[in-house]
Amino acid sequence: MSPGHYLALSAILFTIGALGVLVRRNAIVVFMCVELMLNAANLAFVSFARMHGNLDGQIIAFFVMVVAAAEVVVGLAILMTIFRTRKSASVDDANLLKY
Amino acid sequence: MTGTVLAQGADIQTPHIEYGQIAPILVVLGVAVVGVLVEAFVGRRQRYAVQVPLAFAGLVAAFGWTLWLGFHEKPWHVAAEGALGVDGPTLFIQGTILILAVLALLLIAERRSPAFTAQASALPGSEAEQETAAAGHVQTEVFPLLLFAVGGMVMFPAAADLLTMFVALEVMSLPLYLLCGLARRRRLLSQEAAVKYFLLGAFSSAFFLYGTALLYGYAGSVRLSAIYQALGRDVGSETLLLGGVALLSVGLLFKLGAVPFHMWKPDVYQGAPTPITALMASCVVVAAAGGLLRVYYVALANLKWDWRPAMWAVAIITMVAGAVIAITQTDIKRMLAYSSIAHAGFILTGIVATSPDGLSGTLFYLAAYGFASIGAFAVITMVRDTGGEAGHLSRWAGLGRRSPVTASVFAFFLLAFAGIPLTSGFTGKFAVFKAAVESGATPLVIVGVVASAVAAFFYVRVIVVMFFSEPEADGPTVVVAPATAAAVALGLAATVVLGVLPQPVLDMAGHAASQMFVR
Repeated sequence: MSPGHYLALSAILFTIGALGVLVRRNAIVVFMCVELMLNAANLAFVSFARMHGNLDGQIIAFFVMVVAAAEVVVGLAILMTIFRTRKSASVDDANLLKY
Repeated sequence: MTGTVLAQGADIQTPHIEYGQIAPILVVLGVAVVGVLVEAFVGRRQRYAVQVPLAFAGLVAAFGWTLWLGFHEKPWHVAAEGALGVDGPTLFIQGTILILAVLALLLIAERRSPAFTAQASALPGSEAEQETAAAGHVQTEVFPLLLFAVGGMVMFPAAADLLTMFVALEVMSLPLYLLCGLARRRRLLSQEAAVKYFLLGAFSSAFFLYGTALLYGYAGSVRLSAIYQALGRDVGSETLLLGGVALLSVGLLFKLGAVPFHMWKPDVYQGAPTPITALMASCVVVAAAGGLLRVYYVALANLKWDWRPAMWAVAIITMVAGAVIAITQTDIKRMLAYSSIAHAGFILTGIVATSPDGLSGTLFYLAAYGFASIGAFAVITMVRDTGGEAGHLSRWAGLGRRSPVTASVFAFFLLAFAGIPLTSGFTGKFAVFKAAVESGATPLVIVGVVASAVAAFFYVRVIVVMFFSEPEADGPTVVVAPATAAAVALGLAATVVLGVLPQPVLDMAGHAASQMFVR
């Protein structure tokens, strides 16, 4: 398999993630779609590292994983708090701030 | 491939870090870590008394070090093995962020009318919430969180490669997501703001990251200088390049709050605790503009003819949409959020100029706008009802009769936003518009002037409501708490000085920008 195939896969994953963020209603699922986008970026980094023959991309992938983990911690804390208050994780229910 | 790299492992050099030149960043982040330790080891009653001086000391020390670097060392090179650029514009932006963060800290540390919840984990309206509030608890975690956010902000415009920039973006954003959800009053709004800011912010950083990946594919490195050189050689796939630049711009423009990536701004500004709104309207805008400047001036300078038309379009719709939608707003914080969107458009006008004049104008504008917006949000925290801040514009009716000083100060900040002469806003707008005209962006400036006129309408409307309408019988009272008053006074002093005697700061910005960014 050439690295090009992995790039195509990464683009598909990124698109699925972005579409998921736009159409899904559950905040947790929206957040999972964001994580999918980050992983798509990781796949692209590693494929490009292979194509360019340097290690930068692989090292960046590690940084991205750490950042994604930190984001999960903060994100789930925020989502938990609002779920306890509202008894709902739907992004459509959080509609007090508008216009 | 991996094998060959590992085979060279014997002669890996130890990295050379110029600690003295990146000390402002290290000091802020170091004090943040100490703050976390204070949370762990100091008793609940003493924490506030330890955290506040610590945070002040950290920010002031970092600011002092930045000044010393700017005036004595005058560094102009890429430090820390190519990770951080230390140069005139960066030091100016970092200094601005740090001094604005000191003002925001004054608001955050206010105890007379606390803006933060006593216990974030207590459910709104529950007994636990009343108990913790009655016990006088304070959520002192806000201070380390603030310092981490400020650390990310000072790192963001200095980042000389896109990975450092991504990490700085997250270090800046993650604490802010949390801080947004910690309001003492109207906690449902606050939590909703945090969720919205978090989901949209994470979405935009995913775009930033994928853009970085595509640019890495194009240039074989994420260093801004390597991307610049790859553009000069004109090798690699143009699809990757343009796709990468587009996705990267989405992430950067989101942080600045430019249309069409502005949807989070009104909701988050309205829902967040007002001291945090002040922090976002000043420091985050400065940091985001600094990052944009560095990426576009350093990495994509040779791609000017491709990105300038897109930036023109974004600047025009940002100025127009921000000014027009603000007219219909009835909540004062929400109105200032749309005003902040319009100002993001004016900042983009300076960025489009791509000249030393444009850069220095943008730097001055950022400082002027930052001080005025911190001052304005500080006044908003002072005008209070029984249920907290008086948010609705109709509640501000007749404030000019009840407390003329507060109303006049707020009116002055609004006039500075509108860009009336003898305020800092006028000097800033003049500087960016002049640079834009000189670089051939006259149509953009015409749109900018029209948008300023539209914006002046809703600023003046607030002034009319305050001074020329009858006060309500049960209107809000003005609570003058010492730290908030100090922040208002400092913001006011800066706005007056930058309006009446702008030359020293203009010179400083011009001097900082004369060499542009280091590659």
